[in-house]
Amino acid sequence: MTREELRQLREIQALEFTVLEFALYLDTHLQDQAALKEYNRYSQQLRELRMDYQERYGPLHIMHPSDYPWEYPRSPWPWQIEY
Amino acid sequence: MWRYEKILQYPVRVSRTDLGLAKLLSAQYGGPDSELSAGLRYLTQRYVIPTDEAKAILTDIGTEELAHWEIIGTLIYKLTEGVPVQRLRRAGLGADYAQHGRAIYPSDATGVPWTASYIQAHEDPIATLHENMAAEQKARATYENLIDLSNDAGVIDTLIFLRKREVVHFQRFGEALNIVRDHLEAQD
Repeated sequence: MTREELRQLREIQALEFTVLEFALYLDTHLQDQAALKEYNRYSQQLRELRMDYQERYGPLHIMHPSDYPWEYPRSPWPWQIEY
Repeated sequence: MWRYEKILQYPVRVSRTDLGLAKLLSAQYGGPDSELSAGLRYLTQRYVIPTDEAKAILTDIGTEELAHWEIIGTLIYKLTEGVPVQRLRRAGLGADYAQHGRAIYPSDATGVPWTASYIQAHEDPIATLHENMAAEQKARATYENLIDLSNDAGVIDTLIFLRKREVVHFQRFGEALNIVRDHLEAQD
């Protein structure tokens, strides 16, 4: 895994955590419009970053389109990465 | 990491409540060869298994097993939904109600709670993959028993789907075993 790939992966990790944290909060605060706005902004950013990462480095998820040969098993598994 | 999808893998249709059947289905919710055992067994075996193909198949079948666990939970929920307490008691679910109310709890069809001693993780990948193939066959046989015991067409339809998945998983683990064998031979 290159430094650039790892940098982007860390960015996705941070953004996924942000989106998750907002989602947990929103689960118990359905009417907090300001929080919802932030959530939507971050989740949109996350969607774009994930699409970009997966186009460059291969799928993060089994249901993402793949080049030939099937790419999903080949990228490093999470427990093999030196963060 | 994992993300929840708010959709069942296969629809669950139940014609009427059936407490006896709900109790029997616990076999696949918290029994030895249950979907819970399968999911945790495969997901915890992934770290030391050689080859990317085996890591992928353990990850993805392990994940699918958790989706099956949810299907069984949904079946039990629908088969017991809204049933009065005295009917639960008459059907032999009084002890379950005393301890859990109508909550779904991972114990087997005789009430024994789920335990990690149902599963094994071993560094030897040949041992691990054989355990998994045996587990799929035991789960297939359990589904066949449950289908024999059911008389609800909706429940039977869902159980037939789950039984077929065990057959497919057995096939994929067999292929993973061949890949791992070739890998080990190439190293010798």
